[in-house]
Amino acid sequence: MLTEFGKALIFIILGLVFVAGGLLVAKILRPHNPTAEKTLPYECGEDPIGPQWMRFNIRFYVVALIFILFDVELVLLFPWALVYSKLGMFAYVAGALFIVILFLADFYLWAKGDLEWIRPEPNVPRLDQLVDHMPLRVKGATPPAASPVATSE
Amino acid sequence: MNQLLTDTLHTAPIMGTIVLALVVILINAMKKDSLALEYWVSLIGIAANIGLAVWAFPLRGSAFAGTVMTGGFASLTAAVFLVAAGLTIILSRAYIEKIGVNFGEFFHLILMGAAGMMTFAAGTDLVVTFVGLELMSICLYALAGISRRVHKSNEAALKYFLLGAFASGFFLYGIALIYGMTGTTNILGIAQNIAAYKSEPLFLVGAGLLLVGFAFKIGAVPFHMWVPDVYEGSPTVVSAFMSTGAKAAAFAALLLVFTATFDFIHSSMNTVLSVLAVASMLVGNIVAISQTNVKRMLAYSSIGHAGYMLIGITAGGDVSMAGVLFYLISYMFTNLGAFGVASIIENAEQQGTDLENFRGLYYRRPLLAVLMGVFMFSLVGIPPLAGFFGKYYIFVAAIENGYTWLTIVGVITSMISVYYYLRVVVLMFFQAPEEAEAPQVTSGGTIALLVSAFGILLVGLFPSIVLGWMGGLF
Repeated sequence: MLTEFGKALIFIILGLVFVAGGLLVAKILRPHNPTAEKTLPYECGEDPIGPQWMRFNIRFYVVALIFILFDVELVLLFPWALVYSKLGMFAYVAGALFIVILFLADFYLWAKGDLEWIRPEPNVPRLDQLVDHMPLRVKGATPPAASPVATSE
Repeated sequence: MNQLLTDTLHTAPIMGTIVLALVVILINAMKKDSLALEYWVSLIGIAANIGLAVWAFPLRGSAFAGTVMTGGFASLTAAVFLVAAGLTIILSRAYIEKIGVNFGEFFHLILMGAAGMMTFAAGTDLVVTFVGLELMSICLYALAGISRRVHKSNEAALKYFLLGAFASGFFLYGIALIYGMTGTTNILGIAQNIAAYKSEPLFLVGAGLLLVGFAFKIGAVPFHMWVPDVYEGSPTVVSAFMSTGAKAAAFAALLLVFTATFDFIHSSMNTVLSVLAVASMLVGNIVAISQTNVKRMLAYSSIGHAGYMLIGITAGGDVSMAGVLFYLISYMFTNLGAFGVASIIENAEQQGTDLENFRGLYYRRPLLAVLMGVFMFSLVGIPPLAGFFGKYYIFVAAIENGYTWLTIVGVITSMISVYYYLRVVVLMFFQAPEEAEAPQVTSGGTIALLVSAFGILLVGLFPSIVLGWMGGLF
């Protein structure tokens, strides 16, 4: 009567019932008493610093991409290892080719300089740069009293 | 081990193109100044791979435990994609410098995309077909957005990527349902027991979902909404490659999966296909009339052409298969040429492909205007150009198989299309030239366009040669 898909459907329905039922029972039983400490986002017990919608440094993106490179390699090598004994030389050559191509991808990243962890260069203010910063000032704002040179211009 | 060597040898065009793409990216990684070496290595490699495809043509059969087709159909389609990739690379040499995206990765992505197309069209196992589809699509997503600073290009890439990933999901779910019903993903294995599944609802749902994935890639109505925006926003040479290579690959795979093996002739699937065909022809050709941008107009026209080719797939039978393949070859040359002219007209800001920019082109660049005229007449389907015979074979096959009403719709819509194709010709030849400066034409671009025009004439004048290659392919 039931096909394989029918079993999957029952499984999905049961899963939904479990999640919804658990949430519902918890909603009925638990006391509702929020305090400032409880509503804080959990950061390993420390007080959170700054907003949660922060920007990540773009350099982590490169790391993530390289991680994907090797992660995919591992995921595909596990099933390869399982059938290795059955296929023998065929599997060896196929797997070796796969790793060689991945190595080429790694080499490409390396040669293009994408593995360099670029440090931000400190921007030390110098006298000749001060002129460039002038237009950044808000118009109409009173200039600081300590810089009479700027006001005289 | 010997089996591995034989299989690799028999799928030589695919393997060769992948190796070529890797060589090009390595050259690019080690050499940082100019693109000349990448360019010539790509072109020579493509010529060598076309040679391999011709060499492998008589080796009909399958490789890698029946998952990839070799020789015959696979070789023919591989040669088509390689020619498209080669012409695109010749056209893009000057173009990518003009718009400031002269990265060596451009050639690599085109070659890898071509390898994906070949795998897509040659896969006789649905999983291999899917891998080919993704390899092709991922390269095209990156190519669509390669000019990073142009907003339209970003929009095109993101739109193509999101909708394409969604369509891939449909495709994969279709494969999953078919596997659930039949216990195999091999097309030939499914075809053997087709009578047992033919009326099973889950199998039909799976085949329908597969069709959604294909219809997205060929840009058939109602899965066409991405086509105009993506073709307009992408760099023009990329649109050329997309509208010829990717479309041809999707059609070749559709042909293989749906007609050569699934055998849905005179079943409910044919009704669906004919609805797609009629909708594509009507929407594509009618909306194209109101377009003022040539790239956008060509995008809508490519939707219409997908409709004509779907007639051939609906009709089924050997004659219409050959007709669809013939149409793909003629359309490849024609559309590459038309987009190629647009890429030369275009300015450095990736604008200036409006109809206005073609006004009086004959008085500024006579050769360019004459070539564009050839491409437009071929798209209309005027003998002796290739476009005429493509339509002719498909319509004849449709009438023979009892789809006269589809042919009538096809003829009426191609009458409609005459208006917007010939409007370009009228603007180029019979209107006073604009004050604009003449576009820069490079020798590479001229050669690519001349090769396209020559291909159109050759295919149009000697259609029996091309049809001879297709004899007994199915």
